[in-house]
Amino acid sequence: MADPMRIRAQAAGDKTTVRVLMSHEMETGQRKDAAGKVIPAWFIQEVTATHNGKPVLSAQWGPAVSKNPFLQFVVKGAKAGDKIAVSWVDNKGDKRTDEATVS
Amino acid sequence: MKTSLKLSVATLVLSASTAALAQKSTADGIAEYRKMLEDGNPAELFEAKGEALWKEPRGPKKASLERCDLGLGPGVVKGAWVQMPRFFADTGRVQDLESRLLTCMETLQGFNAAEIAKTGFDKGEQATLTALAAWISTESRGQKMALPQNHAEEKRFYELGKRAFFFRGGPMDFSCASCHGEAGKRIRLQDLPDLTKNPGDGIGFAAWPAYRVSSGEMWSMQRRLNDCYRQQRFPYPGFASDVTIALGVYMGVNAKGAESIAPAIKR
Repeated sequence: MADPMRIRAQAAGDKTTVRVLMSHEMETGQRKDAAGKVIPAWFIQEVTATHNGKPVLSAQWGPAVSKNPFLQFVVKGAKAGDKIAVSWVDNKGDKRTDEATVS
Repeated sequence: MKTSLKLSVATLVLSASTAALAQKSTADGIAEYRKMLEDGNPAELFEAKGEALWKEPRGPKKASLERCDLGLGPGVVKGAWVQMPRFFADTGRVQDLESRLLTCMETLQGFNAAEIAKTGFDKGEQATLTALAAWISTESRGQKMALPQNHAEEKRFYELGKRAFFFRGGPMDFSCASCHGEAGKRIRLQDLPDLTKNPGDGIGFAAWPAYRVSSGEMWSMQRRLNDCYRQQRFPYPGFASDVTIALGVYMGVNAKGAESIAPAIKR
């Protein structure tokens, strides 16, 4: 089970800035361990975000994204009290969804 | 003749000032980069993990750490970090945060402290210690370093730490003071704080534990010291050993009054 994300969503006017920290190894598949063996690739492939259940962002990620990635985006029209949910799926099929309330 | 001399002087002044400008903008650039990273400091992920681990019943005794005394009474976490290392009457030793957590994990939870101390960084219960240190330091964020120096042992550890700090040896004849003994030094683009006096708010001792972006790892002070020793080509004195704690006392007491920004973010 993956560790939880940290999601902060702050409204300013009709725009809400969402900041997400994900906990993930993001292994590229190019590195070798101490014994010289390739460390298998393990990274987030798909990221989606919803605003009150309606999709607002969908992204495809690759091995070039850093470990413990940080994602920031702006949602138009989100108000305080609204729900923002972020999900990811990695190349091993592991997934995680977390939700935050806009403040 | 006269004109050409004037001209060369002018060029000299010009080149000197551009060099100064370029240097300033490099430092500014790094400061800007840090500021951008601060917004999404992954140390937060470790804080969350640490808080959960503090409250979760774990170990052979299935107990949480909520009765752990970090110097301000059992279970008091707020403000504890800026007053460590300090003397603990129950163990009769001066302890830093990590060694104190080892004590609590042994007495409250039934873990084997010596075994954890021998474990490699980021492995097994060492990862637990790092997450705990991240959370506990967060609870003192913004407070000023105020290590106690009332007990005779605390004073002895300060002197011991000072000696360790200036102790030269190893294949490169290095000491901590070789890099951290005067102001204005740097390694590549990293400014090196002068740790023989107060380096200021959020610098040196007041900035660890920290998240290292380059390696994607959370480092406690113990790990920071371990790497300092590695860079000096010294053998590491051992996790939570007296000498590492003494260095903590020396740096912490010197930083008295500096604001703690831990857990910080480093390149």
